This record gives sequence, structure tokens and C-alpha cells, in this order.
Amino acid sequence: MTAIDSGAALPKRRADFIPALLPVALALAALPFIGSSSTWITLTVAGLSMGMMIFAMASGLTLVFGLMDVLNFGHGAFIAVGAYMAALVLAPLAGWTQADALWSGLAALLPAVIVAMGVSAALSIAFERALIRPVYGQHLKQILVTMGGLIVAEQLLYALFGPQLIALPLPTALRGSIVFGDAAVEKYRLLAVIVGLVIFATLILILTRTKIGLLIRAGVENREMVEALGYRIQRLFIGVFMAGSALAGLGGVMWALYREQVHASVAQELTVLMFIVIIIGGLGSVTGCFIGAILVALVANYAGFLVPKLALVSDILLMVVILLWRPRGLFPVTSR
Amino acid sequence: MSPLLTLTGVHTHIGRYHILQGVDFTVPEGETTMLLGRNGAGKTTTLRTIMGLWRASAGSIRLAERAIEKDATPDISRAGLAYVPETMAVFSDLTVRENLVLAARDAALDDTRLAWIFGFFPALKKFWLSRAGTLSGGQKQMLSIARAIVEPRRLLLIDEPTKGLAPAIVGALVECLMEIKRGGTTVLLVEQNFRVAQAVGDRVCVMDNGRIVHAGAMAEFAGDEGLQQKLLGLSLDTHQ
Ligand SMILES: Nc1ncnc2c1ncn2[C@@H]1O[C@H](COP(=O)(O)OP(=O)(O)O)[C@@H](O)[C@H]1O
Ligand SMILES: [Mg+2]
Repeated sequence: MTAIDSGAALPKRRADFIPALLPVALALAALPFIGSSSTWITLTVAGLSMGMMIFAMASGLTLVFGLMDVLNFGHGAFIAVGAYMAALVLAPLAGWTQADALWSGLAALLPAVIVAMGVSAALSIAFERALIRPVYGQHLKQILVTMGGLIVAEQLLYALFGPQLIALPLPTALRGSIVFGDAAVEKYRLLAVIVGLVIFATLILILTRTKIGLLIRAGVENREMVEALGYRIQRLFIGVFMAGSALAGLGGVMWALYREQVHASVAQELTVLMFIVIIIGGLGSVTGCFIGAILVALVANYAGFLVPKLALVSDILLMVVILLWRPRGLFPVTSR
Repeated sequence: MSPLLTLTGVHTHIGRYHILQGVDFTVPEGETTMLLGRNGAGKTTTLRTIMGLWRASAGSIRLAERAIEKDATPDISRAGLAYVPETMAVFSDLTVRENLVLAARDAALDDTRLAWIFGFFPALKKFWLSRAGTLSGGQKQMLSIARAIVEPRRLLLIDEPTKGLAPAIVGALVECLMEIKRGGTTVLLVEQNFRVAQAVGDRVCVMDNGRIVHAGAMAEFAGDEGLQQKLLGLSLDTHQ
């Protein structure tokens, strides 16, 4: 037997930690410009919480693209659906939301989150069937059809809930700030950061520790081979599509509570931002989406404070810089 | 022996190109059938069509008694076919172990079988928990073959496993292919290296321009240099 073990020739891959350090580097670099450390803490926490919300919304989008090469410009519809569901569920729960105890505030949010995620997931099945499946493999049609779907979804929401802004007051217990030294940090933002971290950790655990997760990662890389090993990628995809839409619904709840208002225009407003985030992160990468979302949100918050005129284009500028450095994003995973 | 796989009049179109133009051949059970032919003859397309990765536009493909030409790839796979593509297609973000876990499907990894595989591919044991993307080309090929044999399957389709590999690694692959054969597994093997083909093949089918132009015993084909020259356009000595 020819025993071969060309281990000496094994190329060692350097752990790719540079992108993960970018948010830290950015935050530290911003400190001297901002000057006051209390302002810096406030801005940084605001950026982190906004980043976590965008991450929740966009994580499904990146997996859906990675797995099936589907560009879903209608993803934002599920954000809007989630937001309206929160308004619907929280309205009759005013007793709980207006109580001072933290547990009653959270107890009111729980059914809102469950309904938002459930309804988003359920609607996503119909969305996938009607709009995505007929245009597999055709990017231009996907963009047109899913954008059309977004507009229709928006109009349906206006028809159902009216065109006006709906107020969505934050539960009393989540209002106000916690003071660290001389820096005030809003409670709700801390909650958003915690929720975002929990979502990220859960997704990473699923992707690395479960067979479904392995299949998703394998499928992002080579879906033909996953099929040749005997797995139906279509089923996997629908599962990911539903989960991603549910997360968008959850992101919608978080965003609406943060803005304390609900309006269907949020769907279009956030679509471009989500695409910027997943392109920065590397299409198909959940970790990339996480880092990308934090970067975009931190840059937006710092720029808004330091150079308000730049704030509107800060995310585009960030994307250009990142893509000049890494043309396929921070964590390239697909060969596409 | 009775054929395990039978292709009859198989045509495949890729886009507007008519690639397979009526492919007929059989793969006898328990033997290794070589599929030879010049570059671009249609060998890869044939294997992909059998796996359902391209759809046959006409003709029939039977696995024993079952018609599979209209089945979806996962069903064909679960009917007992394993595929080692030309590109190897290891999942580079997954570890060696995770690649094999997926390949084993519902079965748990079997230690005895793993020991058997490590016997000819010790590198896979050494890099068991390394990402497949960090493996060398030869090691990736070993992993791709290991995926196909980690559980017993009825028919292995292997596409140019020795392409671009160092001679020492080719030797290990030949060992492995012989061992698979001794175990009674049926193999359809595409191979450009004629020495390898001669060593492991029982039967040979030669393709040209999307058709089978010769089918017969390997021993006979190996002895007929004129035929090889005519069908493959290469003589034995230039081939190495
Ligand atoms: N995806 C494709 N699109 C168009 N033509 C293809 C594609 N794949 C293969 N072909 C063509 O089909 C023919 C057979 O290719 P292939 O089956 O890969 O040959 P072989 O494996 O025998 O070298 C070639 O002429 C090749 O150019
Ligand atoms: Mg080929």
C-alpha cells in the first residue's frame, strides 16, 4: 500500500480575524474625534443597537442569497409586517406595557414578537411560492418581481392598517436610561444589543453544531453537491427563507419600538441598507452580516455626530472602501 | 453479469448545445467500467446526466429495474448512486469530519469503515478536524472519494480522480480503487491516465462527440494499440 501523507505541504489558513476587529478599531479611532467619552459611549451603544437590529433583519437575506442565489428585494416587506403585528398585539396589552415592572414590559413584548415572527414566516411561504420560485436563476427578473412584491405588500398594509403613522409607545419599563459614570445609555438600546447577540449566537450555533446548519453552509458553497449527496436543497431553502423572514419580522418589531412608530415605508427605507450590509459582509456569510451591520451602524452614528452632511452617504462610502480592500466582502463564502 | 446501470439512446442538451447524441452503454454489476474519450467527448456530461444534474432530453437511464432519468438528483443519490465530480466539490468551509457526516446521510459514521478508509488515505485521519479548504489538491480528492464510500453504495460515478495529482497520490488512489472493486462495488470511472484505466478497469466504453464509439473488455482494448490510437488519439507512451 502506498501510504501517503503529504501533510508537510498543507497550507495553513491564517485565522481571518481582521474583519472582526474592524468595529473595535473604528470605535477606538472615533474616540479622539468625538472628544467627550460620555458622548462616545452614547453614540457607540446607539450604533451597536442599531447594528443589531439591522443584523436581525438582514441575516436571512444573506443566507437566502448564499443558498439559492436569490436576490430578494421584497425582504423588507417582512420587516413592515413584523412592525404592524407588534402594533396589533401591543394595543390591547396597554395594561402590561404601561406597568412599571420590567417583567410586565417584557411579558407584553413576548406575544408581539411571537406573532410577528409567526406571521412573517407564514406569509413568506406564499411569497416564495408566488414570486421567488418562478424566477430561480434569473437575477434581473428576481429584482423586478421581488421589488414589485414589495410595493404590493406595502399597499396591502396601507389598505389594511391605513396610510397614517401608527404610534407604538415603548413599554414604560423599557424607557429611560441607565447611567454609567457620566454616560447615559438608553435601556431599550441595551436590550436590543442583548437580543442581537442572542440571535447571532443562536445562528452560529445552529450553523456550526447541527446537521441542518452544516447542510446550509455546504449548500451556500455548492448546492449541486448537496443534492448529489441526497438532500433536497429546495426544502432546506424554504426553511431558511421562513426563518430569515421571521427574523426580519423580529427586526421589524425591534425597529418599530425603537422609532416608537409603525409605517410600511420602513420596508423600502431599509432595503438598500440591508443590501449594503450583506455586500460588505460577503454574500452568504452570517458572521459577515453581523460585522457589516455593526460597521454600517457605527459609521452612521459617528458620522451623524461629526459630519452630519456626510451621514446620508456614509454607508455607501463604507461599502466602497471595504470593497476596494476586499472585493467580495469581509467574509467571502460563495464563489459567486 | 447483469447490468446495474443501462443507458439507452440518451440525449442531453445544455442550453442550445446538443451534447450527448444518443449514448448507449451498460455497467455490469460488481465490475469497474471505464469511460474513456478525448477531452470534450461528453464523459462528464454523461455522469452528470446519470446523476440528474443535467436532464436527459431523450432516452432512458435504468438502475437495475428502476427508470431514474426523470428523478431528482437527491432521489437518484438515495437510490444508491455516489458521485465524485471532476471538481471534487468538497465543502471547504466544513471540516473533513463534517464533509463525511453529510455524506453518510442518516447513518452515523462507522468506525470500522473509517479505519478502512484511513488505511489508504491516512491524511484524512490526520486532518480530521481541519477545514477541507486547507487540504492540498490530492487530499481534497481523497476526501471527495471518501465521501462516496463512507457508506456502502450500489454504484460509484468517479470523474477523473487522478487529474493533476502527483504520482505518489495516484498510486494511493489506484490502491483505493482496487480495494473498492474487491469489495464488490460497481464503479463507472472516467480516467485519462491510461495506465490507471488499464489497472483498474474490467470493461471499457469509449466516447467521442457525444456517442459511445467502442465498448468491450479492458484486456482486449489494452492489447490493441491501433484501436487506442484511433479512438483516443494517443498512444500509450505519449500518454504518460
Ligand atoms: N455548461 C456547459 N455549457 C455549454 N457547453 C458545455 C457545458 N459543459 C460541457 N459543455 C460542452 O460539452 C462537451 C462535452 O463536455 P464534457 O462532458 O465536459 O467532456 P469531457 O468530460 O469528456 O471532457 C464539450 O464540447 C463542452 O464544451
Ligand atoms: Mg470531463
